[in-house]
Amino acid sequence: MSETIAAPALTRKDFVTDQEVRWCPGCGDYAILAQMQKVLPELGIPREKIVFISGIGCSSRFPYYMNTYGIHSIHGRAPTLATGLNCVDPDLQIWVITGDGDGLSIGGNHLLHCLRRNVNLNILLFNNRIYGLTKGQYSPTSLPGHKTKSSPLGSIEQSFNPISVALGAEGTFIARSVDVQTKHLAETLRRAAAHQGTSFVEIYQNCIIFNDHAWDHVTDADVKEDNSLLLEHGKPMVFGKSRDKGIRLRGLKPEVVTLGSGISEDDLTLHDEQDTTLAWLLSRMGPPEFPVPLGVFRNVEKPTYADLMIGQEEKAMQRGKGDLNRLYRAADTWTVGSTNGASGTNGSRSGP
Amino acid sequence: MSETSVAAHRDPQGGFLEELESVAIRFAGDSGDGMQLTGTQFTNTSAVLGNDVSTMPDFPAEIRAPAGTLAGVSGFQVNISSHDIFTPGDAPQVLVAMNPAALKANLGDLERGGTIIINTDEFTPGNLKKANYDGNPLEDGSLKGYRVLEVPLTTLNRNALGDLAGLGNKEAGLGNKEKDRCKNFFALGLTFWMYDRSLDTSLEWIDAKFGKKPEIAEANRRALKAGYYYGETTETFRTRYRVGKLENIPPGVYRKVTGNEAAAMGFVTAASRAGKTLFYGSYPITPASDILHELSGLKNFGVRTFQAEDEIAAIGASIGAAFGGAFALTGTSGPGICLKSEAMNLAIVLELPLVIANIQRGGPSTGLPTKTEQSDLLQILFGRNGESPIAVVAPCTPTDCFTMAIEAFRMAARIMHPVVFLSDGYLANSSEPWRIPNADELPVIEVNHRTDPEHFMPYGRDEVTLSRPWVLPGTPRLEHRIGGLGKQDVTGNVSYDPQDHEQIVKLRAEKVRRLQNTIPEQKVFGPEQGDLLVVGWGGTYGAIRSAVSAAQGKGLSVAHTHIRYISPFPRNLGSVLSRYKQVLVAELNLGQMGFLLNGRFGIRCQQLNKIQGRPFKISEVLRKIEELV
Repeated sequence: MSETIAAPALTRKDFVTDQEVRWCPGCGDYAILAQMQKVLPELGIPREKIVFISGIGCSSRFPYYMNTYGIHSIHGRAPTLATGLNCVDPDLQIWVITGDGDGLSIGGNHLLHCLRRNVNLNILLFNNRIYGLTKGQYSPTSLPGHKTKSSPLGSIEQSFNPISVALGAEGTFIARSVDVQTKHLAETLRRAAAHQGTSFVEIYQNCIIFNDHAWDHVTDADVKEDNSLLLEHGKPMVFGKSRDKGIRLRGLKPEVVTLGSGISEDDLTLHDEQDTTLAWLLSRMGPPEFPVPLGVFRNVEKPTYADLMIGQEEKAMQRGKGDLNRLYRAADTWTVGSTNGASGTNGSRSGP
Repeated sequence: MSETSVAAHRDPQGGFLEELESVAIRFAGDSGDGMQLTGTQFTNTSAVLGNDVSTMPDFPAEIRAPAGTLAGVSGFQVNISSHDIFTPGDAPQVLVAMNPAALKANLGDLERGGTIIINTDEFTPGNLKKANYDGNPLEDGSLKGYRVLEVPLTTLNRNALGDLAGLGNKEAGLGNKEKDRCKNFFALGLTFWMYDRSLDTSLEWIDAKFGKKPEIAEANRRALKAGYYYGETTETFRTRYRVGKLENIPPGVYRKVTGNEAAAMGFVTAASRAGKTLFYGSYPITPASDILHELSGLKNFGVRTFQAEDEIAAIGASIGAAFGGAFALTGTSGPGICLKSEAMNLAIVLELPLVIANIQRGGPSTGLPTKTEQSDLLQILFGRNGESPIAVVAPCTPTDCFTMAIEAFRMAARIMHPVVFLSDGYLANSSEPWRIPNADELPVIEVNHRTDPEHFMPYGRDEVTLSRPWVLPGTPRLEHRIGGLGKQDVTGNVSYDPQDHEQIVKLRAEKVRRLQNTIPEQKVFGPEQGDLLVVGWGGTYGAIRSAVSAAQGKGLSVAHTHIRYISPFPRNLGSVLSRYKQVLVAELNLGQMGFLLNGRFGIRCQQLNKIQGRPFKISEVLRKIEELV
């Protein structure tokens, strides 16, 4: 006789650790942490089934503040640890916390291949366009011309567009949100968690010390609506404070149009999360010509890495579960003396 | 290890049958000629016949260097014997040379007066030029002093397959190109005749391998038999040789294994005996890739292999898998260790069990990918930032790779710490007979995963082993975070406190040191004390043992000890070393173990070093011994 006792619902507090949060006052990371601790209890996943894995950088301190399982690993390598963990225990919900330096510079290779393999992970890339923990050098997402400690005359490097990179790497769930747009961020995290496969979320995150105001165009109350396009699957692409502007495709070229004067919502492009070409066009949009698209760019279903791995394993098992004694004999063998078989633990004959 | 004739008598077919104790044969040809396969077939047949065997392949890093050139020569040496042997033989007594380049590249190794079987058809002006021959060695007398058996092998083989139907087109005969692909089996058949071996094992292999391609199977069968019958009918090969069965060996079922095969079986055995999933994260690299190939075929054992995007990802995934409770393994060669070293330190600090297989090759940098060396020893021990104690085991024979693979996991699980399995290219690719153990009698590896939340501390330690608890994610109320930052012992909290740091640094080292209590004492072959102790480690075992044996046979006071546990060393190693007037360390580097023994025990060692991408010859070690005593 067993009685099922419903586990008490988890609350935000269940996910808070006793560690003192050590980010700079005003850092965008606080807002992201708050949303994560708000969203996780809603998912109905037992706390012990959740793992946070990070690399190195300000964002990578995140696991210390989440009362779940966690690893603060080494620079850029979080996706690799997460992949190995997922391979041996696909039931865990794994979050990879990374930044623009950690994920796109030193760990760029791992990010690409993790996306390509569609490992069932949620990768949050905090993009502040600067190296914070090492005190202010330009990052792979710093804009050309950006003057930093290591680029006093301005960066001479082209910057990465993380959404385009993720698309190029065959990511199956690709989204963008902003640290201080709490509702939008919470909803994006929920959707990332629900997706089976690699969920990649770029989060615009403000570094108040070394790159303050980097995202003002999408966070300042008076301009943000004119500068951002909230993507909604199946809905026309309308934006602007007065919701009077929209995106229309001319062939493969998007353009900003003003509603009214003969243009209605019916003329606007509908967002389609399954349309990879559209996702690519959207990923290339940004100021000054276009608003910044926020939300889910791409969401498609494909088998996850662990599904395929375990599928092959099950198929192999059908032909007979592994037997060591058979494995040892899977070669030309010969028998010496009595045929009782060898005994003893050391199979080595000429060994020491 | 010379070819010793012990008897000769007339064989029933009218020729002479001469009994030999042992013979070493090298098959050499172009890398497309199938010499590795030919050598392997000869070995298998000999092993099944009851000989002791020891093999060593020697192939270029280039998959197909231009045909006929010296760079493209591929060789396979096999030593067969009716008594215990430990090496593939110093110098082959027989060379099968499929073309001029093969002759030129290998003649220097051949024993003086040895036999050369030459495919004369390939000695064309063009091929001679490709092999940088000015004249024709078959005509200019440069092979004087050898017994040369000239065989127009390509022609004979083509003729033998003359009327065979071709693939796809049954009307047309097999083209010369297809026929020539079988000429290695003609050569194999001929050597089977010369050394009085049955064709059965190879015929069975052909059936199994080409069952679905009957035309190819028939071509190979016919080439094999044609080679054999050519030997039988030609006067040149009237004298045959017989190498008898190995006697007085422990009864049992035997097979032949290479070091990498044995290692792969050892790793899966360790996981199986612990009730664990084996996870293998690896990036292809010579000479470690065969372990990936072997393990990726063992999915029915629950082995999960992950071919990573690079060396770092391979170890990173393995650390993640260890966190998730698997027996995690990553494998590579020296250049890969360079890339993995940061993550090796992460495993040390996270205190997770992990086995890192380093199949050493010639370095530095890309170095000699297909050649052997022992020059990663100090890299493995000291090539990382900070105080980074690591456990190291070094198998000493191909079959010992099985035993030490299991040992590596036993140690890693015991102290929650990475262990390096330090093999080398020679062990990886060489083979010898293996008495197959009964898996059910191998020791079980005990693993505990804490589930009790009471007083749980992530870095709370076991009093005996000093290991921290291995808690699996998914265990309720034991949620915890671990990381690479400096930390306080017991709580595992991030700490930069000077005392905390010193304490945990010392604890990690002590944890490794305490493994001494679980490993065997250092044993010695030969007198317990005396004039000279020859110390080796890794794949040099066979050559050193044979040389010391020979020296002892000459009445010299010499002993051999081979170090299989390098970190920690066996607790009695220092006292063993102190019992001899002189200590000679023989190793395939510039003296790394010697440096280590000097540093640890203050012993001044004599050195025998070789950095040629090749294993020691017995004679090289023996010469050094005789120089010293």
